[in-house]
Amino acid sequence: DPQRTAFLLRKQWTLYSVTPLYRFSDARLRDYARLLSAFIAAEKQKGLAVEVGVELDIKVSVSSLPDLKGSDQDQAAILVQLSSRSAASSKNSEEKLIWSGWFCCVSGDDLSENVPEDFTCLPLFLANGGESYTSIVGSWFQKTFDCCFRRLAISPLNLSWMAAMWTGCKVDKTASAMELVFSVPCLPQPLNISYAIHPEDAKALWDTVQKTPGEITQEEVDVFMDCLYSHFHRHFKIHLSATKLVKVSTAIASAHCDGIIKFLQSQYLTGVLMLLTELAISQIQ
Amino acid sequence: LVGSDEGLQQKLAEAILREKKDFKISIHLATSLPLPSERDHLRPRIDLIAFMIDIKSKYSLKNVEASLAHVDASFFLGKVCFLVTGVGRVNYCSVEMNAIWKLGEVYCSPVLFCELELEGIRVATAQRLLRMLQICAGHIPGVSALSFGSLMRNSADD
Repeated sequence: DPQRTAFLLRKQWTLYSVTPLYRFSDARLRDYARLLSAFIAAEKQKGLAVEVGVELDIKVSVSSLPDLKGSDQDQAAILVQLSSRSAASSKNSEEKLIWSGWFCCVSGDDLSENVPEDFTCLPLFLANGGESYTSIVGSWFQKTFDCCFRRLAISPLNLSWMAAMWTGCKVDKTASAMELVFSVPCLPQPLNISYAIHPEDAKALWDTVQKTPGEITQEEVDVFMDCLYSHFHRHFKIHLSATKLVKVSTAIASAHCDGIIKFLQSQYLTGVLMLLTELAISQIQ
Repeated sequence: LVGSDEGLQQKLAEAILREKKDFKISIHLATSLPLPSERDHLRPRIDLIAFMIDIKSKYSLKNVEASLAHVDASFFLGKVCFLVTGVGRVNYCSVEMNAIWKLGEVYCSPVLFCELELEGIRVATAQRLLRMLQICAGHIPGVSALSFGSLMRNSADD
């Protein structure tokens, strides 16, 4: 149901890989919300507060997103949201969403099949909001479920897979341009090169490269990228293959090598999550 | 030494020259092959070709692949090796590992993974290359370049 997951689109999510959670139960979500809320209040007391001087009453909600899973074996996604209400005008003021984070597992059979019984596999974590809240929520989960969070970086190799995969996707309305951003190494001042390609041209190129619809091979991705690189070289005499691909943006989604993703189409949300789940699992293993 | 990163090539060459040895060595640095034909008659015998690939740069791989086409087949009997750097940081990987393994297989030459940006590893690699060079130049009686090459390959498969 696209309506229920629409709030996940067009937001910048920072990616983490999470090791399996010990003794996590999706029947106790209300309890977890209460415990997390108490933990945040305690951290604030300790002076590890996020905002100084402003008295914020933070409300925690933990819920399940049953639509976000790949196979039946996957654990349904878990959403954590922090909202604030100014304590001054308590009852009448609106709640403002200040931080969201969600755990998910899409087609993570590789991991969930090999894990002992008391563990729940939710290897991908996405966070939007202040870094300090991410750190507080992360510590609570790590302490409570004995798991480990690590930033998930995306290598240039994986970014080029995403560029090829997402270019091939059919989009209804006029798609935005495909943009690749490269960082040039070994220069005294950082230099980024942005290469924008008309989405129809990119799709036409990919269609000539891909042999079997629904299947993508490394060779096809290499040929696709090489064509783009030689086109650029012909015009600008710069070898993009000697630079580092740091960001890929298409109409489907945009991904940055520091592990930041933005979903733009609900139709392909699960597809992108499947790829990210795979990356998270290989970082854990 | 053939590779697109001239700075790293220079550093490795210096590390090799700094090593204690009892024979004369000359190192030719090139960004690609073929070497200019004008100096062919002046060039001393080449005993070992080390191709340098940086997995952070797809271009370095393409450069080496293009250069390999210009190497005489007799060199692939133990006188060629591949030095692969940049493997330490997986998140910067622009070259697929399979492509590297395939290169070693297709050209029957050893692939050495070495973080040449680190001085300690540069020194260790320089020492390894010198030993290989001694064998390839025929200075070690009883061991030929070919037998050493196949020895390295078999131990890598294990």
